[in-house]
Amino acid sequence: MDTTPGGGHVLAADRPGRFGPYGGRYVPEALVAALDELDREYAAAAQDPSFTAELDHLLTTYSGRPTPLTEAARFGAEAAHGARILLKREDLNHTGSHKINNVLGQALLTKRIGKQRVIAETGAGQHGVATATAAALMGLECVIYMGEEDTRRQALNVARMRLLGATVIPVSTGSRTLKDAINEALRDWVTNVETTNYVFGTVAGPHPFPTLVRDLQRIIGVEARQQVLDLTGRLPDAVAACVGGGSNAIGIFHAFLDDADVALYGFEAGGDGVATGRHAATITAGSPGVLHGARSYLLQDEMGQTIESHSISAGLDYPGVGPEHSWLKDTGRAAYEPVDDAEAMEAFRVLCRTEGIIPAIESSHALAGARRLGERLGKQHGPGAVILVNLSGRGDKDVDTAAKWFGIMDESGEVRA
Amino acid sequence: MTTSVAFEKARAEGRAALVGYLPAGYPSVDGSITALRAMVQAGVDVVEVGLPYSDPLIDGPVIQRAVDGALRAGTTTTDVLRVVEAVAATGAPAVVMSYWNPLGRYGAAAFARDLAAAGGSGVITPDLTPDADDAWLPAAREHGLDTVFLVAPSSTDERIAMTTASCRGFVYATSVMGVTGTRDQVSDAASVLVSRTRATTELPVAVGLGVSDAGQAAEIAAFADGVVVGSAFVRRMLEAPDEPAGAASVAELAGELAGGVRRR
Ligand SMILES: Cc1ncc(COP(=O)(O)O)c(C=O)c1O
Repeated sequence: MDTTPGGGHVLAADRPGRFGPYGGRYVPEALVAALDELDREYAAAAQDPSFTAELDHLLTTYSGRPTPLTEAARFGAEAAHGARILLKREDLNHTGSHKINNVLGQALLTKRIGKQRVIAETGAGQHGVATATAAALMGLECVIYMGEEDTRRQALNVARMRLLGATVIPVSTGSRTLKDAINEALRDWVTNVETTNYVFGTVAGPHPFPTLVRDLQRIIGVEARQQVLDLTGRLPDAVAACVGGGSNAIGIFHAFLDDADVALYGFEAGGDGVATGRHAATITAGSPGVLHGARSYLLQDEMGQTIESHSISAGLDYPGVGPEHSWLKDTGRAAYEPVDDAEAMEAFRVLCRTEGIIPAIESSHALAGARRLGERLGKQHGPGAVILVNLSGRGDKDVDTAAKWFGIMDESGEVRA
Repeated sequence: MTTSVAFEKARAEGRAALVGYLPAGYPSVDGSITALRAMVQAGVDVVEVGLPYSDPLIDGPVIQRAVDGALRAGTTTTDVLRVVEAVAATGAPAVVMSYWNPLGRYGAAAFARDLAAAGGSGVITPDLTPDADDAWLPAAREHGLDTVFLVAPSSTDERIAMTTASCRGFVYATSVMGVTGTRDQVSDAASVLVSRTRATTELPVAVGLGVSDAGQAAEIAAFADGVVVGSAFVRRMLEAPDEPAGAASVAELAGELAGGVRRR
């Protein structure tokens, strides 16, 4: 069932949960019953006015939606070749990123199903914080799996989750990042599925997660499309978003799928540079296969083993990507490009200095992409191109990483004189 | 010998079949061959050769550790086929246990062809249900391979029927909700699941996940056609000081378990 505008004709899914050849459900049989239940309950909830009213109420009174659209005039003039850069301010959501949009919906769904415990994976910690927040609000037990490497680079978010009453379990297997946190969360789910709902954080994973999470994030694009029209009287020339698993990107893209003149750009983490092999540019440099229950592009070797990803941004440090993005790439409706660590950090710095906004490092990849698009569109059409950027989160969690990157702090965390 | 013949033979002897798992390539390719052969000699009826995978999401820490070791040692899919060939040469049926992505990457048709050529009997697919993908079943059928899918305590009756209809060789019933690893007790869910599964098929039903000793093997043998043991064997390998000691320790456990499945 796909009631979303644009969902029907652009995405010819031949079975539920398929986006062309991507998506599906490659999971142990033990999880099928829970996924079916989630699918069923979500379909029923989406048709239930009391559910949608409760979600809307929370999004408005708790998270602060609608989030504003901010024109970044100095950034556009000084750093993006005179393009009009419009920031969709998901960083102003409660908890500091777009992740809350999804989590509030899934937590309500958990209560509807009658389960008392939620688990989640987290990379940057933003999804973990959002899940811990919703769990506190709704009185649910909450366990968060987080790669050991990520607990170190996002220590502030670990503290936030603990303050909110969640148990944070550091995962020390594999690359000790998001991929392994998902494995561990799936293992927990297989074991405790009767009492537990898995609040998945992005548009990857087995059906129904790619559809469910996308539908809960669509609000970003629905609001932004109207806001751009109200502000400029026209649609944007391009929409830019960073792509980890792909939830903030699909969330802002979806309302524009039928607007053929609006170019959609996803910016992946290029890490040290795609040529070095140390990156997380899944669509740019990966190939189709199955990871975490869905068929999609992924970073894999010739034997089908997952290759570890690398990025300065914990939230983009994932060797997979949501299946709908793979389909948007193959159909040509969206384009995906890598942005390396240095380019992202430069955009981070410039936004701080020109707009007084400290962005998440994830979102800085989209900002760097917007600078590139500003130059490209400027050459094609002259100045004044309108570029909508999803500012998916705020950078408070990244202050430590950024201060070290720019030499404000030394490696031990001491602020330099 | 095919898996069906191995299960029939056990049935004719009034006992359950013993199915033993080890990942190929741990601690080395040759080391896994030696250990699997020792297992067969000590009384394992059907061998499961694990194909190492980077993201084994229904395996617990014991199997993960061994599989990580096998991957770090550079084990390839071709190595796995070599292990199958060496085990099948003993006369015991060898089935591969593999997550889907390495098979998909090799190519379902190519893997089925090469596995059959190596003398392999079939494949157990822990993250592939029969309705998940159209590539595997036709390829396996074309090369006469067993297709072993899992049923779980949470499966509906409809799904059990759908799954067993696509199984060949035997059905793998996961005794508990959870990941691989040894457990102290045999769960009540196992016997219920076996009866529900039997209601849909004539195929033998083997029970796995969590079996660690002869006593548990005997308990399961009382209601199932086969007993699958994985983590307990892998633990023996992990704890052994060297390859010969690992093989000896695996053989010792296989002997005890073979006694267990005859005790019922
Ligand atoms: C602020 C922010 N943006 C983006 C992402 C990447 O996730 P996705 O691609 O699902 O939007 C994260 C993930 O943690 C994040 O915290």
